[in-house]
Amino acid sequence: EDRELLERQQHEDLSTKKLRLTKPSKSAALHVDLCKATSPADALQYLLQFARKPVEVESVEGVVRILLEHYYKENDASVRLKIASLLGLLSKTAGFSPDCIMDDAINTLQNEKSHQVLAQLLDTLLVIGTKLTENPSVRMRLVEVACKHLTDSSHGVRNKCLQLIGCLGPVEKGVAKEAESQAAKDVQKIIGDHFNDQDPRVRTAAIKAMLQLHERGLKLQQAIYGQACKLLADDYEQVRSAAVQLIWVLSQLYPESIVPIPSSNEEIRLVDDAFGKICHMVSDGSWVVRVQAAKLLGSMQQVSSHFLEQTLDKKLMSDLRRKRTAHERAKELYSSGEFSSGRKWGDDAPKEEIDTGAVNLIESGACGAFVHGLEDEMYEVRIAAVEALCMLAQSSPSFAEKCLDFLVDMFNDEIEEVRLQSIHTMRKISNNITLREDQLDTVLAVLEDSSRDIREALHELLCCTNVSTKEGIHLALVELLKNLTKYPTDRESIWKCLKFLGSRHPTLVLPLVPELLSTHPFFDTPEPDMDDPAYIAVLVLIFNAAKSCPTMPALFSDHTFRHYAYLRDSLSHLVPPLRLPGRKLVSSPVSPSITPHEDPSQQFLHQSLERVYNLQHLDPQGIQELLEFTIRDLQRLGELQSELAGMADFTATYLQCQLLLIKALQEKLWNVAAPLYLKQNALASAAAKQILEETYKMEFMYSGVESRQVVIIHHMRLQAKALQLIVTARTTRGVEPLFGMCEKFLQEVDSFQRCFISELPQMQGSFVDKLLDLMPRLVTSKPSEVVKILQTTLRQSTFLHLPLPEQLHRASANIIEPTGESDNPLRFTSGLVVALDVDATLEHVQDPQGTVKVQVLYPDGQAQLIHPKPADFRNPGPGRHRLITQVYLSHTAWTEPCQIEVRLLLAYNSNRSKAAAKIAKSTWNESPEALPQPENGIEGTIPFSKPVKVYIMPKPARR
Amino acid sequence: MRGTLRRRAGAGRHRRSGVRAGQDVGRSCILVSIAGKNVMLDCGMHMGYNDDRRFPDFSYITQNGRLTDFLDCVIISHFHLDHCGALPYFSEMVGYDGPIYMTHPTKAICPILLEDYRKITVDKKGETNFFTSQMIKDCMKKVVAVHLHQTVQVDEELEIKAYYAGHVLGAAMFQIKVGCESVVYTGDYNMTPDRHLGAAWIDKCRPDLLITESTYATTIRDSKRCRERDFLKKVHETVERGGKVLIPVFALGRAQELCILLETFWERMNLKAPIYFSTGLTEKANHYYKLFITWTNQKIRKTFVQRNMFEFKHIKAFDRAFADNPGPMVVFATPGMLHAGQSLQIFRKWAGNEKNMVIMPGYCVQGTVGHKILSGQRKLEMEGRQIVSLSQFAHGIQGKVAPDSQHLCSPPLLLQLEVKMQVEYMSFSAHADAKGIMQLIRQAEPRNVLLVHGEAKKMEFLKQKIEQEFHVNCYMPANGETTTIFTNPSIPVDISLGLLKRETAIGLLPDAKKPKLMHGTLIMKDNSFRLVSPEQALKELGLAEHQLRFTCRVHIQDPRKEHETVLRVYNHLKGVLKDYSVQHLPDGSITVESILIQATAHSEDQGTKVLLVSWTYQDEELGSYLTSLLKKGLPQSSS
Repeated sequence: EDRELLERQQHEDLSTKKLRLTKPSKSAALHVDLCKATSPADALQYLLQFARKPVEVESVEGVVRILLEHYYKENDASVRLKIASLLGLLSKTAGFSPDCIMDDAINTLQNEKSHQVLAQLLDTLLVIGTKLTENPSVRMRLVEVACKHLTDSSHGVRNKCLQLIGCLGPVEKGVAKEAESQAAKDVQKIIGDHFNDQDPRVRTAAIKAMLQLHERGLKLQQAIYGQACKLLADDYEQVRSAAVQLIWVLSQLYPESIVPIPSSNEEIRLVDDAFGKICHMVSDGSWVVRVQAAKLLGSMQQVSSHFLEQTLDKKLMSDLRRKRTAHERAKELYSSGEFSSGRKWGDDAPKEEIDTGAVNLIESGACGAFVHGLEDEMYEVRIAAVEALCMLAQSSPSFAEKCLDFLVDMFNDEIEEVRLQSIHTMRKISNNITLREDQLDTVLAVLEDSSRDIREALHELLCCTNVSTKEGIHLALVELLKNLTKYPTDRESIWKCLKFLGSRHPTLVLPLVPELLSTHPFFDTPEPDMDDPAYIAVLVLIFNAAKSCPTMPALFSDHTFRHYAYLRDSLSHLVPPLRLPGRKLVSSPVSPSITPHEDPSQQFLHQSLERVYNLQHLDPQGIQELLEFTIRDLQRLGELQSELAGMADFTATYLQCQLLLIKALQEKLWNVAAPLYLKQNALASAAAKQILEETYKMEFMYSGVESRQVVIIHHMRLQAKALQLIVTARTTRGVEPLFGMCEKFLQEVDSFQRCFISELPQMQGSFVDKLLDLMPRLVTSKPSEVVKILQTTLRQSTFLHLPLPEQLHRASANIIEPTGESDNPLRFTSGLVVALDVDATLEHVQDPQGTVKVQVLYPDGQAQLIHPKPADFRNPGPGRHRLITQVYLSHTAWTEPCQIEVRLLLAYNSNRSKAAAKIAKSTWNESPEALPQPENGIEGTIPFSKPVKVYIMPKPARR
Repeated sequence: MRGTLRRRAGAGRHRRSGVRAGQDVGRSCILVSIAGKNVMLDCGMHMGYNDDRRFPDFSYITQNGRLTDFLDCVIISHFHLDHCGALPYFSEMVGYDGPIYMTHPTKAICPILLEDYRKITVDKKGETNFFTSQMIKDCMKKVVAVHLHQTVQVDEELEIKAYYAGHVLGAAMFQIKVGCESVVYTGDYNMTPDRHLGAAWIDKCRPDLLITESTYATTIRDSKRCRERDFLKKVHETVERGGKVLIPVFALGRAQELCILLETFWERMNLKAPIYFSTGLTEKANHYYKLFITWTNQKIRKTFVQRNMFEFKHIKAFDRAFADNPGPMVVFATPGMLHAGQSLQIFRKWAGNEKNMVIMPGYCVQGTVGHKILSGQRKLEMEGRQIVSLSQFAHGIQGKVAPDSQHLCSPPLLLQLEVKMQVEYMSFSAHADAKGIMQLIRQAEPRNVLLVHGEAKKMEFLKQKIEQEFHVNCYMPANGETTTIFTNPSIPVDISLGLLKRETAIGLLPDAKKPKLMHGTLIMKDNSFRLVSPEQALKELGLAEHQLRFTCRVHIQDPRKEHETVLRVYNHLKGVLKDYSVQHLPDGSITVESILIQATAHSEDQGTKVLLVSWTYQDEELGSYLTSLLKKGLPQSSS
């Protein structure tokens, strides 16, 4: 190691020397180049070349000086421009403080004639200024410079000046008041004066500068509100767009101040006025402005409800007579009890005459803003409007109720993104609303959509929707069943949806039960097929409703109870425990006593673990038995209690490792001469291998594993490696290969110590503890001795207590598609590619995009690893992921169809693990060789889903 | 010379005359005279007449003399026959050889429609004195196609520019500009996007006159989403229960919209029932829709790389035999009012079954089968053989087609047809409603508005609203009436850069809102105006510069010596006029800027000094101030 260190030092010396050498040469070379340049074009070329290479921090100042020197000499504006931009680039260099060049930069401004160069110089000053924001006097000076150039005739210069003022203008009131010169006193006024500039770009820059000031914390004056309102009528879209933002900012700053309405004596709150103005911009000519306006509307929550509700208002008329909207008609039909009448000609016939004077065609206000926004030509505007609607509805229940019709309408938008967005929006506000039947009808119609995302979003929506009538529930059920027959893959999602639908509306489901179960008061009806997904769907709805409706089970027929018992067992996540009459055994132990307060199963878990950890000095036979029992108990517990499954599995795995270790180390077998006991060796090496595998699983398959556990896992892994070493030492002849192995092992011990130095005190009496004590001896001894030492230490070391984390979940995956049930082989021409749709749910997988892979195993043993695209993963809820991807298969021709296996793998890489992060930190200065360095970032894989068999048949290509 | 750059009270007279257009939705033909240029906007025909009245009376334009000499160009806004139907008659039979402007899609589709129309009128009805196929071809040769937002220079002064108008494929609004005067003609337009076309859009071009259609002047329409949803639901339900759906449409326009609507719905909902589309004209038209993707809406434009939406996957060509096929289907058939042709045939076949449905997507003229069933008639008297009574491709829009009952009377034999199928009505219209019209006016900010293409009573309402909200003049001329609008043209003057720079250097930054004072010489020569500096003007005109000086004598009572008086005057002026350069010259005179002051003793009275003040006319202000100052006398004893 010492040698290595020496080398590195030398290396560092070399590099520092190099730096020193280049420093003068860089600027000097530039100087020489620039002097050599005969024409401006030449000089420009040199500068361009120079700009491509980075400049070290130390040499920046020198380079700047040289550039400045040439700047003054240069006659050509383009070269000066390039120099100016280079100055800006250079002052951006990290670690360089540009205050030393500020004066020079300001001086260059004085004699500059070219507007472009001026603008570029101001830009450079802006860079300098932003690097020196801490220094108020510098800022002051720069702002003064900017103010001086505000009268320039070029828009570019004025633009930059405003930008500079916006970024650097004084924000704090009262700081260095007397020191401030006149110019910098009121930046707001200065910027405000340029709201009327003749150039639209300058106007935009002025508004942006104002917004910049606001962002930096300056409270804008209310006085500019009037000016900003005028800018809304500007000819240029970028000005209008910025003005909308400014108005919004002001409305948030002074929501309650009163402004007069022009051409009348009335006054309204500023936020209402601003809201009206922004609403007006939703029908602007430029879609950029429309998007901007629609987006901002969502965040104006202080607006009064009167104005808010106007946004959805659009008075219809036909031939000057008032007409009702389709929404109003639907509502009326509904309230009159008649639903879904066919539309007839003249159904929408206009009713009363309208007073022509009262019709306001261009509303100066919020009227119909969302009606326009949702009907806009550009889907960007529509999405923005939907988002705004969502935000406003979340804060106002009455508005939520009103906007429902419009949201439901958006479910039929031509762009899928908009449809999806509006479904999500509806879900978000569903707490505030109850769907009317006609609305529900429209919502449910979308269930037939061929896009899976839409359907699933809709299922999520139905999960949290309130329905008002039993007809509604029935309708929903019918449509969901239709959906199920059309798209059988939606099964899980539909069941889940019905589960919530049932538990939310028990009283509405109750009257439907006889019909749904098709029971008859006198006749026995045939028993439905238990495997029919549609029947299961109905039962899920009913059982969940029955949970809070004790009278419901009375309506069940005998087979329903049987089916309940079956479903409760097979689909326990969908079917709740029920208290059924005469069936106490089924329900009583679980239902009432379940309280998180003092969970007996949790207690049981801890008790069994205690037992294991405490009994250290039992005879080996006893320990083995105890471990076996405990493992069995834990595994069963995990099956029973889904919330404890992760914890139980985790500990069971750990105990399993320990058990394997103990078995492998059984003393009497090891006493016999090595070559004779091949069987023992086989057992031990198999155990070591399995322990290694299990430790990887423990480390990477569970979410919620903390560093406390990681230590224990790594410790176990170390033990397994020691075991491996011992076995190999006994089986191999000759000493030579052992040297390398021993060294490697010791290195691992070393890195373990370094990684977990803080945890070591808690590992008294453990394997590694003892090993570290013996370390000096180990380093110097021969391999055979090392092996001996290891063997004894392994045997003598105590069993480490595995502390349990708060939450522990095992990653799991379930392949929904392909189902593996098909008998029809997937035929394709050999050599060509066939796409196989894979759909899987993943639970508790951290970073699935990086870790989850699909493996395809061909009958010939060939395995193929597929990395799904990041976009193939969807995240429907916390801890849950969904993988919908396509796997491309190909093979040479087969004589007959055969099955391939598809499964999901969890790729791991110890570099990514927490331990590795620690190593990376602690071994900053150490040699990195101790760590395994996998090239592609995958060190190994853990299969974590059941394999699914797919029948395929590559046919030979026809010629 | 002193004067402001802005001119008041315009010189340009701006005239517009309507040729039998205006308050009528029959045919459009508008004549605009703008700054001496004559432009004809649209050349439509009336669908209700079968005699001379169907074409505009072009003799109205020029009593005698050739049309080509009088008109500078003709602009066609879109391909509907009430906007372009009279074109071959006008150009070939009346005789016009000047340029005709239309957009590319219009140019492509227009001849098909004209040819179809000609066939029906000449071949089926046997009329004579009508334009021939060759005439249509010759007429189209005179057409110049334009792109959206392309400024086309018709001649040196007249330029036109097309804007997107929605309505139908290729519909455009046109801006006509001569000098600084401009007119915008909207044609028919739609401010709400539909399934295949976008919304009309215009920039803030501030024309002197906006000529806008006003078909729906008194209507504010509901959101199209409800209509679409209802339509789709109806079709879906019928198809699901195994019924057949008949949708009578006109070949172009709405038909494509409904096709797209159903096509996407079928795609979305994964439906399998077949959709058919009657062959012939519609097929041809679909071909052009496929070609002119850039003229469609956002969705179609964005997705056409993957798939052209008009390459229908679910919609197939219809064959007569398909009507008898069992099972559900949807058929689009022409014509739209169920008065003849394929749609009527299918209707007769399907009417007896209550599972079936007919959806009328537009207005139906009184007397047609469409109108009868819409008004609830369940028993129809059908003729044994239906006579083609109305042309196939009239607008399916309210009030557009006049009733034509001539051919519906006295049929030879009558059949009773009981209508059991469901009858639905869905209004899909592509005109801007009152709100849309107002929105367009807001976008364009015209100085005057002129309403055409609507009913007088309805226009009255809109006129009042426009005047009230925008404070602009609004006109609604009757057919044949001429409206004259006076404009307030600004007259551009070229200014020499030197002068401009010099003048801006003196004052502050130019402010767009305020007029600015400026010295210069205005030269009016060869119909152009130039503002140049006086020196340059003199040089150009070859004149010598004359100097105009004002001199004035001021008497001052001062007994002292002349040079002392001068000194006193000098000190006094120096004290008062701090901002000016006051100099005492060695020859005993004083200069204030360029004003010269000399003092001499009065020849008679030595105690009175005469101050001679002399200044050029440029310094008039200062000079007169100085004299008045001196006239007040000098302050007493300032040693």
